Amino acid sequence: MSSSLHIRKLLTIICESTLEEDIAEALARHGARGHTVTDARGRGTHGLRDGSWSAGANVRIEVLCDEATARELLAVLEHDYFADYYMVAFLSDVQVLRPGKF
Amino acid sequence: MPFEPVILFFALGLVAGVIRSDLKIPGVLYESLSIFLLLAIGLKGGIELAKVPLSSVAGQAAVVLAAALLIPLAAFPVLRRLVGLSRADAASIAAHYGSVSVVTFAVAGSFLARSGVDAEGYLVVFLVLLEFPALILGVILARRQGGNTQWGRLLHEVFSGKSIVLLLGGLIIGWVAGAEGIKPLDRLFIDLFKGMLAFFLLEMGLVVAGRLGDLRRAGIGLAAFAILMPVAAGMLGIGTGFAIGLSTGGTVMLATLFASASYIAAPAAMRIAVPEANPALSIGAALGITFPFNLLAGIPLYHWLATQARSMTS
Repeated sequence: MSSSLHIRKLLTIICESTLEEDIAEALARHGARGHTVTDARGRGTHGLRDGSWSAGANVRIEVLCDEATARELLAVLEHDYFADYYMVAFLSDVQVLRPGKF
Repeated sequence: MPFEPVILFFALGLVAGVIRSDLKIPGVLYESLSIFLLLAIGLKGGIELAKVPLSSVAGQAAVVLAAALLIPLAAFPVLRRLVGLSRADAASIAAHYGSVSVVTFAVAGSFLARSGVDAEGYLVVFLVLLEFPALILGVILARRQGGNTQWGRLLHEVFSGKSIVLLLGGLIIGWVAGAEGIKPLDRLFIDLFKGMLAFFLLEMGLVVAGRLGDLRRAGIGLAAFAILMPVAAGMLGIGTGFAIGLSTGGTVMLATLFASASYIAAPAAMRIAVPEANPALSIGAALGITFPFNLLAGIPLYHWLATQARSMTS
């Protein structure tokens, strides 16, 4: 079983929910084959983001992809969004089955 | 001075938020309530609109629209020079104040009903019309010295936003179906309206309590603006209401529309169109100060002013 596991990158983006559509389009444009969105709450440099109404809500967007795509996506996020929007993005290594899918 | 008990629910939410109660209105309920309120307000407006000739409303609408554009045009230089904000922040806040708050409008309606004052029901048309021009003007003010704007994205956000879709959709359904056609739905959309509004105000109290931290960042200049601007805009609304021949009640509703600041459509649109503007400032002012001010003091004040002005002119 373990012989069929492959290393891929997991890109996690936590940002204000207004950006969900924008980010989804940017991800697809730069080679991500899919993504998962969940509503998120928390606290950080922009204070409490409790999700109780639209302008105070966050989303967590996750993308599984190869390393080259992940780096390109991070560069896009850094260039287009980091300056003006509430956003955190980070990469981690994960092991997946069916590597061709990601 | 007459008093509208529904705002006590707002006060309760505010207190619950301030004492950090574990009371929390789930996001889905907030969404459901706002869908209900927008649709119900649209429907009621549409039923009333069906009773008057469209041509007379169109003439009034043109005057109202032109007068309302003065609000962001006046707010922008005040915010730039007197409050000392950056161009982006001033433009974004001007757009918030030029646009309108549906809930403030609904509370004014229930205040007048309680005071036994009639108002033209078709004023919902103005609510729809005033929501978006200021947003576009705000972006133009922000971009006068260059910079990119995703106009397509902004226009889509503004016109496909749920508030426009539901208000306008409800208005058209009410207008087409008329009072008789909507009668089977009265129990839901008319009788339950005030209860739903109370629920929504409870949630708004919690939300405002959560934004109180933003107020500290706003500073005294912006705080003063957030109280003086609605009063000035309310007076402009009273003048405009008289000029187009509205009743005293209708004039109060129009003054409330002019005085209110958007905290749903405007933040979303400004985030996309003017991302460098700090949303804590605009939301802190519009939601943290102006919204409670209008609820607690503004609406009774506009009612008093309109009544005084009426007795002087007649």
